[in-house]
Amino acid sequence: MAEVFNPFSLQGKTILVTGASAGIGKAIAIACARMGARVVVTARNEARLEATLAEMPGDNLAVKADLTVAADIDALVAALPTLDGVVQCAGVGSRVPCKMISAADIAEVMQPNFQAPVLLQTALLQARKINKEASIVFIASRAANAPSKGNAVYSASKGAILSYAKCLALELAPRLIRVNCICPAMVWTNLIFEGGLTEEDLHTEEQKYPLKRYGKPEDVANLCIYLLSDASTWMTGSAIDLTGGAREL
Amino acid sequence: MELNEFIANFANQFDDTDASEITASTAFHDLDEWSSLTGMGVIAMAKTVYGKTITGAEIRSCDTVENLFNLISNK
Repeated sequence: MAEVFNPFSLQGKTILVTGASAGIGKAIAIACARMGARVVVTARNEARLEATLAEMPGDNLAVKADLTVAADIDALVAALPTLDGVVQCAGVGSRVPCKMISAADIAEVMQPNFQAPVLLQTALLQARKINKEASIVFIASRAANAPSKGNAVYSASKGAILSYAKCLALELAPRLIRVNCICPAMVWTNLIFEGGLTEEDLHTEEQKYPLKRYGKPEDVANLCIYLLSDASTWMTGSAIDLTGGAREL
Repeated sequence: MELNEFIANFANQFDDTDASEITASTAFHDLDEWSSLTGMGVIAMAKTVYGKTITGAEIRSCDTVENLFNLISNK
């Protein structure tokens, strides 16, 4: 029987997924393992990280790390094999009106959402952990370009990582390493409950989406598989909206 | 946590509503200027000034400013 055509296979690739203990990162880690990759998962919460690992087929590795801590980045990078894919998914949500934004609010969001992924990337490059023709994916957000009340700091953090990723794509292109971003609209994870919204509120809001629902973590994972696979070898410096048709959040 | 100080902090969330309109018994949901954004401001104020985490649903369950004060002080 002829082999089924599958340009999206991740067989033979080693992929690092950050923020893999919950939500979108967890779904991506599981999907990558199911597509044949060897996956290294990292997150702050060891118990939840182990739970992710238990759902992944194959020979995978979990490394506990708080990526806002320099020593944790160093320890993670030292423990890593060389990588064919990196998914920078770790991040936090925040809803604070502009009138109330404090220095602490900015640090709480910009450190995990911008500074940590940038410094992890620096460490990965300096330690030569990224193979030629690898694929790097940042989970940004539609929030960068779709304003919503209370979302100023979060939106800015995602705008910052989008701009960073486009520069990184240029710098890594000579080694055929690709860098792309996924910009999801609202996805059902704990992150969207920031700012006091309830599940009931959100179920009402999701009806405004043309496809009548918010995203599932698996929706993002499927696009991520495409970006990590050899099916996307001509794509770099792109930011892909994944929104259920919504123009606003 | 002191009620009068809380009322002043709560009144601070409003730009066009005079502080004199806001007392312990004010049904704040009925204020013209009350909105989801003001609610987010109250959540942020509870966190930064009092170190307490409250939700939108909890704010909705309160009728008066004093109810809100009790909610936050009992956290």
